[in-house]
Amino acid sequence: MFALANPKRFMDATGWMLPWLALATLIYFAAGLLLGFTAPPDYQQGDTVRIMFIHVPAAWVAMMAYGLMALCSAIGLVNRHPLADVAAKTVAPLGALFTALALITGSLWGRPMWGTYWVWDARLTSFLILLLLYLGYIALWNAIEDETRAARVCAVLALVGVVNLPIIEFSVDWWNTLHQGESILRAGGPLIAGVFLWPLLLMAAGYTLLFFTLWIVRIRTEILERRARAILMREGA
Amino acid sequence: MNALFARDMRLATRAGGSALLALAFFAGVATLVPLGVGADLRLLARIAGGVLWVAAVLAALLSLDRLFQADYEDGSLDLVALAPGSLEAAAFAKIAAHWLTTGLPLTLLSPLLGLLFDLPERGYPALAVSLLLGTPAVSAIGAVGAALTLSIRRGGLILPLIVLPLLAPIVIFGAGAVLAALDGSANGALWLVAAFSMVAVLLSPFAAAACVRLHLGS
Repeated sequence: MFALANPKRFMDATGWMLPWLALATLIYFAAGLLLGFTAPPDYQQGDTVRIMFIHVPAAWVAMMAYGLMALCSAIGLVNRHPLADVAAKTVAPLGALFTALALITGSLWGRPMWGTYWVWDARLTSFLILLLLYLGYIALWNAIEDETRAARVCAVLALVGVVNLPIIEFSVDWWNTLHQGESILRAGGPLIAGVFLWPLLLMAAGYTLLFFTLWIVRIRTEILERRARAILMREGA
Repeated sequence: MNALFARDMRLATRAGGSALLALAFFAGVATLVPLGVGADLRLLARIAGGVLWVAAVLAALLSLDRLFQADYEDGSLDLVALAPGSLEAAAFAKIAAHWLTTGLPLTLLSPLLGLLFDLPERGYPALAVSLLLGTPAVSAIGAVGAALTLSIRRGGLILPLIVLPLLAPIVIFGAGAVLAALDGSANGALWLVAAFSMVAVLLSPFAAAACVRLHLGS
């Protein structure tokens, strides 16, 4: 994997990888949406259960994105490699987007289910805080002019904030909340019925592939931008 | 490190320093909320813990962005970094001085402000203890935020955006402890406040020193 850290090799490798990733994303989305819309309505929730197929994978990806951001930040701090810094920088807007998507779709699902658009239970609160962490990271990066210093400082911020991620994960166990408890990765096997589990997993795969596709596009763009800036600076000198 | 601590204490308690400012801000916010929320004493008693906790965090935030900035601007931060002692110890000294001049006075004033909210007697110990245990974490995490935003123009505006999400758990637990005392239930929130504070105070000098080095190094 570290062989890909060379920007030129990264660009070459992702150049041919990207169309296949995009295609795989489309296939998983199509399959997930097809199964999701043809699944029978839930006996309690009716047709609104289908929001789950859009809401839950967005939340999973949002949390995974923060973990990736923290990992890239750590690698950037320790190995001092610019590509790790670029990777961390580009995750943040994507992560913020998926977090906002999860919050909005969850809110839309909450209205018919719980009767309210918002409630201050542990999981929702932690997710809102996650969004604020992403926004703070982006704001801090944009406020520092020197790219390398911005990368290092934001790396420290990302690592300090990564404490929040386990708190989200276990918050449902620690407090009595209104939000759904852990029903997929639990000791006794998934609680959810197969006919709902499959569309959910397919959509999760689709969302993950979408995230990686968009992330690679952003990293490639950032590398090209930096090259362009370097060329402009050389010509100006 | 002792000299730095003593110097920071002196600077903060001086006339133009931040200690009285934080107290005044704390009192001001605690006075303003009942004006906005209405005079229903039962409601005020319920929200007292939360309001006083939020006011304490905001009051501490007031002086945090100057924590390292003032020394950075006049060059003494460079001297501290070059000095024989470790930068982590210096950061810890600054956090301690900040807490003693901001967090501790806020804690001491809080029962008086609890009177304004008609807090029942059983709420006062929880309020004071939760603030006493929790304000070190506010100073510590705020110091990390101050180190992160060092030397940024208008860094003081980004500081709350960065620090408030990180402080959210302690506000939840701190105010939750007061509420639990009011309801007569024991929910261990004070233990969580203490644990969070311990971890924050122990780890944040390292994070703050790392950030200061990053900003000084360039």
